[in-house]
Order: sequence, then C-alpha cells, then structure tokens
Amino acid sequence: MSEGAIRSMKDLPSTHLLGAGTAMCAGCGGLGALHEVYDILGRKTVFVNAAGCMTLLSVYPFTPFRSGWLYTSMASAPAGAQGVRDALDILIAKGRLPTEEDVTAVVLTGDGSAYGMGLSATSAAIERNLDFLYLCYDNEGYGNTGQQASGATPHGAKTATTASARGYPGYKKDLFSIWAAHKPTYVATVVGAEPLDLAKKIEKAARLKGPRLVIALAPCPTGWDFDPELAVEIGRLAVKTGVWPLKEYADGQVVHTRIPHPRVPVEEYLKLQGRFGHLFEPRRNEAMLSEIQAQVDKYWDAVA
Amino acid sequence: MTRSLLTGNAAAAWGARLAEVDYVPAFPITPQTEIIETLAQWFDSRAAQGRLVTLESEHSMVTAAAAAAATGVRVFTATSSQGLMYAMEMIYTVAGWRVPFVLANVSRALASPITLEPDHTDILAARDSGFLQIHCATCQEVLDSVLIAYRLAEHERVRLPVIVNLDGFYLSFTREPVEIPEAETVRRFLPAFDADGVEFRASRPISQAVAVLGGSAYSYFRYEVHLASLQALPVYEEIAVAFEKEFGRSHPAVEAYRCEDAEIVFFMIGAFATKAKDAVDRLRESGWKIGLVRPRLLRPYPTEALQRLLIGRHAAVVVDQNLSMGKGGVLYSELASVLYGKAGAPVLLGFVGGLGGRDLSPEEFYEMAKLARDAAREGVAPEPRLLYTSGEMREIGKLQAIALSERREIGDRT
Repeated sequence: MSEGAIRSMKDLPSTHLLGAGTAMCAGCGGLGALHEVYDILGRKTVFVNAAGCMTLLSVYPFTPFRSGWLYTSMASAPAGAQGVRDALDILIAKGRLPTEEDVTAVVLTGDGSAYGMGLSATSAAIERNLDFLYLCYDNEGYGNTGQQASGATPHGAKTATTASARGYPGYKKDLFSIWAAHKPTYVATVVGAEPLDLAKKIEKAARLKGPRLVIALAPCPTGWDFDPELAVEIGRLAVKTGVWPLKEYADGQVVHTRIPHPRVPVEEYLKLQGRFGHLFEPRRNEAMLSEIQAQVDKYWDAVA
Repeated sequence: MTRSLLTGNAAAAWGARLAEVDYVPAFPITPQTEIIETLAQWFDSRAAQGRLVTLESEHSMVTAAAAAAATGVRVFTATSSQGLMYAMEMIYTVAGWRVPFVLANVSRALASPITLEPDHTDILAARDSGFLQIHCATCQEVLDSVLIAYRLAEHERVRLPVIVNLDGFYLSFTREPVEIPEAETVRRFLPAFDADGVEFRASRPISQAVAVLGGSAYSYFRYEVHLASLQALPVYEEIAVAFEKEFGRSHPAVEAYRCEDAEIVFFMIGAFATKAKDAVDRLRESGWKIGLVRPRLLRPYPTEALQRLLIGRHAAVVVDQNLSMGKGGVLYSELASVLYGKAGAPVLLGFVGGLGGRDLSPEEFYEMAKLARDAAREGVAPEPRLLYTSGEMREIGKLQAIALSERREIGDRT
C-alpha cells in the first residue's frame, strides 16, 4: 500500500460527518463502515444510492449527509453516477462550473444490488472507465426485506428463504475477483471493525482516478442473528478466521493487507451467529463445519 | 433558415442539435439508431458541442439522463419499443425527480410476437408515468416539437421530462422537406437551461429523489407531479404562440383539420393521421362534412380543447393504433371519459387499426365514415372492432397451412 497521511489509529479523523439518529439497526456493520468511509472522503461527494437498507438514511425531510444524495433504483446506481460525473465534466469543460464546485460520485449499494441486479451496470461503468467510487455494504443477503438469500450469502447460512437444516446451498460469489477481472483502477475489501485498514484503503482510493470499488463486510445483527454489541467482535473474527480476507487490487496485482496468522478456527466466527446455529444445535454438523473450514484453508493455502 | 429533405430521425437529431444539448446518453435500438449515430457524428466532428455516452441498457440510459439533468446540464436521449419498456422503471422514477430533459421515442410495436414496425402501444405504456407526451405526424413537427419540448420541460411551472413521439419507419425513415431554423433564432426561442439551484455542487449540497415514509408524504409529491402536468397545458399554449411568432409554424395542443362545419371527425394521433387528412380531402370533394381532430399533446390530456372541438359533432371515429388487452383502444376510452354526460357529445365509434405497422387504406377510412354517418343517424355506435380484411385472414390461413405442412413433413422424417 502506498503511503498516505494515515499510518496509525491516531491519524484517523476525530470528527464525524455522518449525522446520528438514522433508521439503521443498532449495531449495523454497514453504517459503521459508511461512517468511517465518509470521514475520509469528506463533504465534496454525492452519494448515488440503489435500493437497500441505506435508502432509508435519507427520508424526507431528513438526511444524515452533509453532501449530495440521489436515490436511483436497485439496478442502475452506477449509471446514475455516470450521469452526475459526465454532467460535472461537461460543465467544467465548458467553463460553466469552477473546479472547486466539483464533487466525487460515490455509489452506495448493498450486496443485493452489487452482486446481482446492479452487476451489469457496474461492469459497464468500469468498462467506460468511469471516475467514481463504489461502496458496497455486504451483509450477505437481501437485508432490507428480511434477509433472504442473495448472491453474497455464504454456504450454509440460514436466511429467510433458506431456513432448512442445510442453510444456503450455494457459495458466496467472488465479487472482488469479478470486479478485478475488469481491470479497474482499484478494488478493495474492508470491514468497519478494522478502521485503520479501511481508512488507508479509502484514502488511497480517494487519491486515484477511474473506477474504484470497495466491498465492506457488514455484520448485520438482525439478518445474522446476533446481539448488536457483538458487531465489532464478529467483524474482527471474520478477519482473524480468514473468512473475510482484507485485500486490494491495483495495477494488475492483488495484495493481501492482512494475513491472519495463526488463523482462528472458523467456528469461533460461526458460533456467535444465529444464522449458523443449526451447525451447532441440536448436534454439531461436523461435515459442514469441516467443509467451511476447508474452504477457508484452501483460499489461504493459495495465497501463501 | 434552410429547407432540406430529412428523415424523422434526422429531424429529431436536428432538434437536439439546435437545442444545443450538452449530453446524450444512448443505447441503440431499431428504428431509433440514426438519431444517436447522427448526433455522435456531429459531436465527433465538433459540428455540435455535446457528449454522447453509450450505456449498457435503456434502464441505465434513462438513469444517466436524469442524473445528468439533476446535475444541471441539458440532456437528450432516444429509444423505442422494447427499449422504452426496459427503461420503464426509470421512466416512472425520474418523472418524480422533476428533472427536465427530452426523450425521443420512435414508436414500434411491442413483443410478443417480436416485430420492428410501428404502433403506439409502447408509448402508451408510459402514459401514466409523469412524462409529458407530444405526438408528431410529420418530420417538420419532430424537429419543432423537440424545441418546444425543452422549453416546456424546463418551464418553472412544469419541470418535468417530455417524450417526443414519432412513428417508426413511417416517420423515422421517411424523408420530407424540413425547414431547419437558424441557431440564433432558436436561441431566442429557447434560452440556455437554468437548473435554478437544483443541481449537485460542492458548496450547496442537496438531496434529490429521497424516500418518503407513509401515504401522506407520498400522496403530496405524486399529486404535485399531476398538478405540474396540468400546468403544462396553459404553458404549452403560451409556448406554441411564441413558437409561431418566431418560426411561423403553428403547433397547437390539438390540431383541428377542416373541422369548421364538420359533422363527422376522425380522431387519431401520429403519422397515420396524415392518411386520415387525405381521406378527409377526398370525402370533402364528394360533399362530406368531415374533418380530423389530432391531439399532439396526449399528456397532459387537453380535455377542454377536445370538448370544444368535439361537442356538437354528430359522430367521432377514433382509430387506435394500440391495444389495451381485455379493454380495447386507449384513445377511445380516454376520449369517452371527457365526453361522457356532456350534452351534444358525438356518437363515438372505436376502431383498432395499424397494429405492428399494418397499413390503413383509403377505403377503410371511407367505410368508417359511412359507419359513422349511419351511427349518427341511429344514435347508436357499433361495437369497437379491429380493422382487418378477409384478404388478410386468407393470407394468415395460407401461412398456417404452410406451417402445418412443414411440421408434418419434418414429423414424417423423424
């Protein structure tokens, strides 16, 4: 990671831009990440939102943002960012807008949009080399509608649409690699529970031009079924167990910004969450626990 | 001012060029492509100062168009048929953003079965969206309507997007003489877009298109769009007067052709209305008191103008180039709704015709006129029907016979 102004926790912003009292749930990991991201990006931003939990941040006549906001639809937030960016570029080129009035277009969507309905629009925005930042808060399901399974749901997780003892039969889609395969300027994974890693990445992304995309794992008390006070702990365990690799893509290279060593067993992460409760009660599902652990081990074996 | 032979598509592109549009998000679809290709060439050659960006779908195209308008530039875009349907979520959504921009829709019938030729079912699917709609019958009208549409969309009492509709093939690919006005004259009629502060700027953050909770706030904002659309009626009339003063061409909300003493009128929109004009001329030569009423503005619905033009006639023949499944023609129902219970309302005859580009013959217009005369005399209208000949039915029978014989032949081999 190239050197920015942020090197230690002491360098993190001490003032916070995002207002309090929003409609998000207590312990929302997505909101935590958004707070941290917004503090780094600053006020010269316009958030272009897709349908999801965070659509409820700006409900007439209130908003926690000190910058612009545009709600679009579930599928087309990157196209909204395209329209905003192009309009600003045109105005600046024609001398109708001083550059100090320029703003950064920040797409803000959940995983339902990012991994599914909005993927085509995102792919095309990267292909057009759109100068924008994409923040996906990934709570691994259609959270705003009651946590149905999405393309981001991990194997075995119980959701409102996969409530059997097997949980979700599919495997979490590798959106980081899908985005990186487009060769954009920058792709990163973050989690709000690791604020220094997050801040360094956002600071770096903010300095770059072109498509910059960030996935924030968003521990979700209501959707994952855990006590809100555990949100930070679960975020940290996602990293320590290796379930959520912290990494970045730039200049054709993927670099892991944290290699957990030794890795905490995956079940330490799983057992805190009701969505994986069926793996432990009424009896341990050794086969599935081993399978999940093996997937994580296989990932890190390939990294080493 | 120069007079050139232009297709309807080229006329639409000229309208956008003369409006000095800043931004054109695009996605190709037959029969609209010539519009975006023409604009792309002008931008590339610097004949016009705009930027064209190809999106990956019409859904994204309309999103980008509205987002750019919400950032304070003048936006033009164009689509057709399936493209309009693919964009439909955003067509409804962005009307509520109150962003002024112009979309040219080149009408083409909808699947299934998939086809290329025109009717108006596509554009009428956008009827309730909040977009205003101007329907054109000639290539000159296409160019003029784009200019009128910008002034209407951007008017402080309106602030709504506008669709300018032209029929695929019959207008899009037909060359007609079109007067191309001078840029200076257009600038007098259509000043630069002023977003009036509703735009994204670093020093003046604003939230646009935010959510509401509950029916009360929702009803308030939806009704505001309705009221703005109704406001567009008097505003349109003002603009039409200004347009005529500047360019010498009259484009009222509702065209009345040879209606002065007409006892019977045809009622149509779009390019096929010119066929009705021809029928009117010929019937008048034979002594008929007949005319044509053609709404150019379909949203907002020009209720009073239509009542004024229709009440007192003996009969009105509505030819719907669209079909609302399980109901019938949309124009027929809408016209009936504003005439119902009015003393002196004409007998209404409903015909569905011209679906998927199916032509309307002069004989069919004469036959409809006769039926209208009979209906007026008896005071009872016949049931609405499809314009379709026994000859066409025979041709379909032949195609089915071929299909059946082919299937049998394949079946014999397998």
